[in-house]
This record gives sequence, C-alpha cells and structure tokens, in this order.
Amino acid sequence: MQTLEALLTDHPFFQGLKPEHIQFIAGCGKNARFDAGTYLLREGEAAADFYIIQHGKVALEVLAAQRGRISIETIEAGEVLGWSWLFPPYRWHFSARAVEPVRAIVLDGACLRRKCDVDHDLGYELTQRVAHILMQRLQATRLQLLDVYNVQKQGRA
Amino acid sequence: MREIENVMDPMLPAPYRIQRVLREIADTFTLELEPVNSAALPPFASGQFNMLYVFGIGEIPISISGDPVRRELLVHTTRAVGTVSRAMGDLKAGDVIGVRGPFGSSWPLEQATGKDVVIVAGGIGLAPLRSTMYQITAQRERYEKVVLLYGARTPKDILYRRELEQWRAHLDLDVFVTVDHATKGWRGSVGVVPRLIPRAPFDPSNTIALVCGPEIMMRFTIAELERRGIAAEHIFISMERNMKCAVGFCGHCQFGDHFVCKDGPVFQYSQVRDLLVTWEV
Repeated sequence: MQTLEALLTDHPFFQGLKPEHIQFIAGCGKNARFDAGTYLLREGEAAADFYIIQHGKVALEVLAAQRGRISIETIEAGEVLGWSWLFPPYRWHFSARAVEPVRAIVLDGACLRRKCDVDHDLGYELTQRVAHILMQRLQATRLQLLDVYNVQKQGRA
Repeated sequence: MREIENVMDPMLPAPYRIQRVLREIADTFTLELEPVNSAALPPFASGQFNMLYVFGIGEIPISISGDPVRRELLVHTTRAVGTVSRAMGDLKAGDVIGVRGPFGSSWPLEQATGKDVVIVAGGIGLAPLRSTMYQITAQRERYEKVVLLYGARTPKDILYRRELEQWRAHLDLDVFVTVDHATKGWRGSVGVVPRLIPRAPFDPSNTIALVCGPEIMMRFTIAELERRGIAAEHIFISMERNMKCAVGFCGHCQFGDHFVCKDGPVFQYSQVRDLLVTWEV
C-alpha cells in the first residue's frame, strides 16, 4: 500500500513539487472512497476539502428549475476537484457526484491554508497550480459556451 | 490525341449511383456510391475530399469517410445544413449524383509509422478521420499507441456510435468520448474535447496528432496538444473553406499563400499557425 506522500507525488497536480512540501501537504490528507451515486460535496455547503482524484469519475452538477440536475463537467482520475476551499466565503458553488466508484485523497482546506500562511513558497506553488487549473477550466467553459457544433450557428452550402 | 482522351477532366463530374443512404443522426447522413459505368473506384487517401454534385442544385466539397483500403464503395457523410446538402439528403437509393475527385492532401500516415497517433475529432469532423481509423486498424502493427478523442454536442449527436463502441472494445486502441452538454441518463464524460487531452495516454515526444472539427475547436485543441508537449510540426489539421473548382484555379478557398482545395485540406499546423489567428484571412 502506497503512502499518502507517494500517492500525492504521483498525481499530476503535484508534479515537480518539493518533497518537503509534499510531506507538509500529506499531513492535511486522508484516503477516501465514494460509491457511485454518492455526493462528495453539495452546492451551498461549507467548502472544507480539496479532492485529489485517484480513480473514477465525478460529475459537477447544478440544479436548475424545471430542468432538474444538470451535469456541466466531469472530473476524472489525475485531476483535482474544488477550489472554493481557497477563497472566502469557502462555500461550494456546485455539487459533485461520483458517477462511478471514486478513490481520492481528501485534503483539509483549512489545514492547507494554515500551512500556506506559514510557508509562503508552498502558498505560491499551490496558488499557481490552482490558477493553472482555473485557466484551463475557464478556457474549456468558453469553448463550451461557443457551442461550436450547433449547426444553426454555421453557414454551409 | 489518345493521351488526351485518357486524361480525366477534373472539372467533369462522373455519374455515381446511390447504393444506400444511412441516416446517422438527426441531420447527418451517409451516402454509399458506386460508379454508374461500373468503372473501378479511383484510389484515394484518408483526408481527401470529393466534389459532390446534386444535378440542377449545385456542388459541394465533402470529405471521404469510407475505407481507403477496401474501397468497395465511395462513402461520404455530411450534414444537411445548406441548399445543396439538404437536397442531397433528400436523395434516395438508385438516384444518380455527380462526383469529381478525389482532391487535396491527406493525413500523414506514412510519417506516423512507428509513432503514437492521437486523433482528435469534434462533431462531424469524425467523418474524414473515420477513413483514417479504418486504415490504422487495418495496419495496426505499424503504429505505437493509437488514441481517438471525440467530442460531440450532446449524447444524441454522437456520430458513428456503433463504430466508436467497436473501436473502444479493442484492447490496443484508447477511445475517449465526451459531450459538451449532457442529457439525462448520460454517464460518460462531460466537457469539451480538449479537456480529454491531459487524460490521454501518449508520449508527446513521439506522437503525430490529427485534428478535425470546427476551427475554434481545433485552435483550443492545438493549444492543449502543445501544452502536453507535441511540436507544431507533428500536429496536422483539416481546414474547411468555400471550395468551388477544387483544383486551385478559382481562388475561392484561398487561405493566405495556400489554396485549401489543392494544398489542403490537411495542413501541417506549423504551415498555417499564423493564418489561424489572422482575422483578415
């Protein structure tokens, strides 16, 4: 069985992070399993944790009036889930449901924030990595909004 | 004089009879064609296109989506979105259509030999890449990892679903499908097709990427492929422009220094990188 440190080191999000920082972060973490259909987090609740997805698939969902539960994106193995633990007011903006059995490392957000306050180098590294994820997801969302496969928006012969 | 008689006039459509019309998804259909005069099908390479002429209506360029190895029938898949393609969609088995071609450049499968191949398709962009998948699966031993990443608008817009499922069942192919907008009951991936790239198993230093879909989707895809470390010289895209003559005479499809019909539709990304972000082209 691999240690949390080894699992974190292997995860793409933490690639290249110094071993002492990994060790520091591992102190905030625990292994978790979620059965298919269970919620990892729910919209409006306190954003307490940062999820490092090891295996499986999670759907980000929002509840829309008269449309029900809408899946807007899936987060999969090798990716991370949730950044609201980093920014006040620390509340989730979406819900996340395991589409299939999920294995994850769950990092305590408050613990991570405290460690980032103590070690600003670690804070910079983590913030930069989260910002990169934000940028990627923002770009993807923009492309999603463009609805490029919608034939009504294309002129063809 | 005899020599001249043997040269095919590239502007003269040959009559082909529709053997079968397959309704793929709501607005998309496939035509299987056979020469009226029982002549052999002209050889083609995956990525090339033909000009298909609906008599009395007009002519449009459509990529070949059939098997370049078996070549039993000429196969084209298109969406009914304009005057000509809608008229084409109304045709039935037994009707005759005009065909000129094949024209243009093809996917660089020779160059991909011994390398990982990553195919990224969006929407109907899977049609010209289906030919490539046929060829790759027929000669699987020539390539290292083969990865197909496909994005559709919604689950009901997934083209060639049966074939995607068959390819996914192959132990030596990695097939990932995502939709931009999920509908109830969809348990697959949700998100745009570039989001699949970080998850895909390939070695960026030894990979050829083939990309086809709406131009904006290709730009976002290329950015993600480059972020993974694939060099611009190893990324190939299929461009679409208003092609008329298909042989580089008329200039309708001019794209900077290139004619898409003659120099394309498949381009090495490094050839057209600057043009893709030039608004005036």
